[in-house]
Amino acid sequence: MHAFVTQFWPSTIDGLTIGSIYGLIALGYTLVYGVLRLINFAHSEVFMVGTFASLFTLHGLGITHAETGFALVGVLILMGLAGMAGSGITAVVLERVAYRPLRKRGSSRLAALISAIGASFFLQEVFALRYGRDLLSFPPLMNKTVLFHIGSGQVRADKVLVVVAALVMALALDRFVNGSRLGRGVRATAQDPDTAVLMGVNIDRIVMITFLVGGMMAGVAAMLYGNYFELTQYNVGFLLGIKAFTAAVLGGIGNIRGALLGGLTLGLIENYGGSVFGAQWKDVIAFTVLVLVLMVRPTGLLGEKLTRARA
Amino acid sequence: MLLEIADLQVHYGKIEAIKGLSLQVDEGEIVTLIGSNGAGKTTTLKTISGLRRPTAGSIVFDGQDITKLAGHRRVQLGLCQAPEGRGIFPGMTVLENLEMGAYIRGKPPAADLDRAFSLFPRLAERRRQQGGTLSGGEQQMLAIGRALMAHPKLLLLDEPSMGLAPLIVTQIFAILREINNSGTTILLVEQNASSALQLSDRAYLLETGRVVMSGAAHDLLYEPAVRDAYLGAAPQPEERTDTS
Repeated sequence: MHAFVTQFWPSTIDGLTIGSIYGLIALGYTLVYGVLRLINFAHSEVFMVGTFASLFTLHGLGITHAETGFALVGVLILMGLAGMAGSGITAVVLERVAYRPLRKRGSSRLAALISAIGASFFLQEVFALRYGRDLLSFPPLMNKTVLFHIGSGQVRADKVLVVVAALVMALALDRFVNGSRLGRGVRATAQDPDTAVLMGVNIDRIVMITFLVGGMMAGVAAMLYGNYFELTQYNVGFLLGIKAFTAAVLGGIGNIRGALLGGLTLGLIENYGGSVFGAQWKDVIAFTVLVLVLMVRPTGLLGEKLTRARA
Repeated sequence: MLLEIADLQVHYGKIEAIKGLSLQVDEGEIVTLIGSNGAGKTTTLKTISGLRRPTAGSIVFDGQDITKLAGHRRVQLGLCQAPEGRGIFPGMTVLENLEMGAYIRGKPPAADLDRAFSLFPRLAERRRQQGGTLSGGEQQMLAIGRALMAHPKLLLLDEPSMGLAPLIVTQIFAILREINNSGTTILLVEQNASSALQLSDRAYLLETGRVVMSGAAHDLLYEPAVRDAYLGAAPQPEERTDTS
């Protein structure tokens, strides 16, 4: 327990940072589940494509050393836009190719799940064959400046960027879903798809927008991940995807605020746990959380909210 | 002719639910489909609003063949349904539910909301309340009010009296009369045959997916076959166990 106390602030800071990335990816799982009752297991590859899009943006801009000031902000924005475009387009194409044909035929959810896993392998292998199976490193873009200390924890600029960007994106998503006409269409479809049609909602369009928006959130996560860890790989999404799915379940799948809360909570739990049992136990701790939540409180911390609670 | 259905057939898998049904609705009318559970009333309405695909036959609305048109496009033409079981969005407030009714037009003008609230003052009192927490009668009022937000030429109503106390049914039917008087054509599906026939201009009697009788509602009300099967000898409509 001594390590928990001495490592408390560093664990908290790292937990919130990685938790923000989990949360952003979890939003995609939760949105698609809310609207289609489908776990999009290829969402991890949607994220992976975003990291590659971010990396190629840095290559394209010829970045080789850390930037500062406006140049840094500009590059980060371009990187984020590229990540959002890469992930968003991947998600939309995925829906068109892997899910919509099954949905139109009224196939079972199991069929959609198998299709998701197939699409996931397909995307991984395409990227592995094209760009190799080794880790690809990002050029250092941002100085890891320590802004200030909390206890023994160093608050670094790149970590602050992750947390702030995640919160801003989640807030924007919340505004979109609860405040806009299309967002209301998304909620109506989640709550009662047949009645939504009777109100003039074009379900196909809503489903497409849901995948697009979820993909864009994963794209921002991908940019932040690339900037923070400075690494990617064809299978980078695998572990992160399962962690983010755990975060979505923990927060209450189908619940937008729950996804972010679940992400932050999971990040904190695995870092606190890691400080006690050793960092190599982080993944074990995270998946123990998943199993425990499914056993004890399958509706998660906040329950389904995009839809009606069905507990 | 506002709505003309010719020789409609609808299948659920291999089971034929609608077996060659034809009906017409004229502008300004109130028309009722009556019949017992499983006669195909709800399926007919769902097919008109595009939730079910017919296997044969045609649906012409306002001079346009809509047989193959997607459901959400039919709303834009002026066809709007308050569905069976009311279909209130449980996680939206009364106000948001009403706004969903005007989804195709964006944000509804205040005048439309005022009209809904003046037809159903109860909804104004509960405008900030979640739809899922309303009573059955209030949900039915909300379903009708919401359907009107789209300014339909034809309002389709599926069992508006279902599960409601007789007093509320009387209230709702009076409001339907008012809605019709202000120019909206109504096609009604009802098990509560006596109330429905008193309200309507014309009626069709459905049995196992076919029209077995049709005519002026007043005539059907006094038709011996209808009286025996749907009005007289049978238990009062309010007491029927209703699962359709």
